[in-house]
Amino acid sequence: MEIKAPDAFSGGRTPSFEESARESLADTQLRRNLGKATQTIRRKRAVAVEEMPDWEQLREAGRALKERTLRHLDEYLLQLEESVKRAGGRVHWARDAEEANGIIAGIAKSHKAREVVKVKSIATDETKLNEHLEGEGIEAFETDLAELIIQLAGETSSHILVPAIHKNRSEIRELFMRKLGARGLSDDPPDLANVARLYLREKFLGAKVGISGANFAVAETGTVCVVESEGNGRMCTTLPPVLVTLMGIEKVIPTWRDYEVFMQLLPRSSTAERMNPYTSFWTGVSEGDGPQEFHLVLMDNGRTEVLADEIGRQTLNCIRCSACLNVCPVYERTGGHAYNSVYPGPIGAILTPQLVGIGRPGSDSLPYASSLCGACYEVCPVKINIPEVLIHLRGKVVRHKQDEGSIKGKLDPENVAMKAMAKTFSDRRLYEGAQRAARIGQWPLARGGTIHRLPGRLAGWTEARELKPVPEQTFREWWRSRNGSAKDSSGAGA
Amino acid sequence: MVEVEERLGERLLGGGRVTTAREEILRRIRRATHDVPKDEHPGDVSVERGYRNRDDAPREEIVARFAERVAEYEATVHRVSEDKLPRAIAEACERRGIKQLVIPPGLPEGWVPDGIELLRDGASMRLSNEELDWSDGVLTGCALGISQTGTIVLTVGEAQGRRALTLLPDYHLCVVREEQVVGLVPEAFAQLEEALKGERRAITFISGPSATSDIELNRVEGVHGPRTLEVLIAG
Repeated sequence: MEIKAPDAFSGGRTPSFEESARESLADTQLRRNLGKATQTIRRKRAVAVEEMPDWEQLREAGRALKERTLRHLDEYLLQLEESVKRAGGRVHWARDAEEANGIIAGIAKSHKAREVVKVKSIATDETKLNEHLEGEGIEAFETDLAELIIQLAGETSSHILVPAIHKNRSEIRELFMRKLGARGLSDDPPDLANVARLYLREKFLGAKVGISGANFAVAETGTVCVVESEGNGRMCTTLPPVLVTLMGIEKVIPTWRDYEVFMQLLPRSSTAERMNPYTSFWTGVSEGDGPQEFHLVLMDNGRTEVLADEIGRQTLNCIRCSACLNVCPVYERTGGHAYNSVYPGPIGAILTPQLVGIGRPGSDSLPYASSLCGACYEVCPVKINIPEVLIHLRGKVVRHKQDEGSIKGKLDPENVAMKAMAKTFSDRRLYEGAQRAARIGQWPLARGGTIHRLPGRLAGWTEARELKPVPEQTFREWWRSRNGSAKDSSGAGA
Repeated sequence: MVEVEERLGERLLGGGRVTTAREEILRRIRRATHDVPKDEHPGDVSVERGYRNRDDAPREEIVARFAERVAEYEATVHRVSEDKLPRAIAEACERRGIKQLVIPPGLPEGWVPDGIELLRDGASMRLSNEELDWSDGVLTGCALGISQTGTIVLTVGEAQGRRALTLLPDYHLCVVREEQVVGLVPEAFAQLEEALKGERRAITFISGPSATSDIELNRVEGVHGPRTLEVLIAG
């Protein structure tokens, strides 16, 4: 397993999906854990969704609300800022990860906090906040059970919702005994959870600063929301006197009432429950209850680049439910680490390359990590057409290679082949010539009306399927011979 | 105090940089959405709310479904008549061996069982987090219940107390009156709107006891919140 491998957001070069997937596929334990987990949750989700006669109407409302928000994002963010301030909170803006980390570390330091407690937040994984805080002498404690497991193991998340999905109970038992000094521990999940409860309770009670992400924030009222299961989210957003929330700018929703849509879509899509155990909504600070100082950090970090792409824009609809991971035949086999990003699976394959920008060999490979089967689009609660964006991004990756203008880009075999093909397909004479040439060229390959194996770089195509050879006669040739005339009547509607 | 923090914040962030980031992000957004017509208002982007807004089932069915769905989360549920409520509370405490109970402000005095040490939380006498942590349990009312999802909603209101009260004790005994149960999720958000816009109090949705599925997707009750949730539906 990669230990803190560099990912798409940590700068530096990451391996391609293909390279990493090969490694993951060789890990049979990982494949077993993943297969079991994704099958279980897929089955449960289907039941939870089937119960809802108005599921499609909710999906459509969710999509439309996101569209409304994204088209007027500037207005909604300004309204959110106003509302949070009015409710006694403070709002910060961060152009990128570095700026966000700086703001958060600054707040922690101004309170002389040496330790902070964190509730699972992918935004802070994206900014590498924990590493940054460590560099400033502040220790960040992950309090979500799965996040604690991977933090103790020194690993990275492999699933949006269940980050330690790649680990089984005996691996976790061994880790807790080694790292937390737990003695005589069984591998029974309740026993393991209890160790985490005791260890973290102390941290919750002592922490001066809590750090959270946000599932949603309402522009109209300034109400921020954290959706969770364990209660660590409630702990982090209630007990420490100071609360800092980092959210991507796309998480804003227009009105309080809009929660009625998203709070129906999210739990059923993510944990396959009618409702998740705990959801906390808070509006600024309130006297005598919870933190008396609240900071909301609004972060861009590449999101406006995604917004600028009219096809890619829908990616920002994402409410991080992870339903697309669980149904993806590719994710089910490779797991999350192969994506080399805090956002794995189908959504990661479109979000990561857009956030970090096209032109990086590692993340440029992600739009190809799909068979385009469309299962992700079908389950997406906010109707992100992931296959459409995947194809759009593949086009962008190829165009980027072409535009690079370097000799390497120009001589790229795919590039050369596609250019030749485009030319052939747009010229009838060339096209018919190519057909004739193919008929001659294929005879050593075609056996019994089928091509079983293509040579050289084309071999990949026939690895898992057969190819029909070019027929002896095309329709046009047949038509011509039927009329007994070699004269071509172009444009005659043949 | 605020002033000191403002100064600290500015120094740490390098003076006027805050405004710059704000303006720059807004500028980036406007550039990115240049395809949106200048005269388009957010309301012009139509949102079809074709989903169900109200559960028209008979009251009894709505309440019964609430009881059933809360129970499916591995919470203990009892339905009792209003006059038997104090007795039911006393029995629940007895069953769990509760010796002391955290009591939020505004809890009906009639509910409080005899022979149990009471830890009263109030504006003038706030219990410390440690006291809450060491207590046996907490008894509260609620703001409303949602039948569709088996959810209890707390709004830091009367008989509910501040958020920490229902978070740190290991046992939460919650009384839901039948008339507090609404049918669907949208009905709950509509009702909560008033409370939210008035006093801006925090709102907590509770659907079963604290749980995790992080270990091989096996559901385990009680990681950080109360490990036991018991609900009395009074009507």
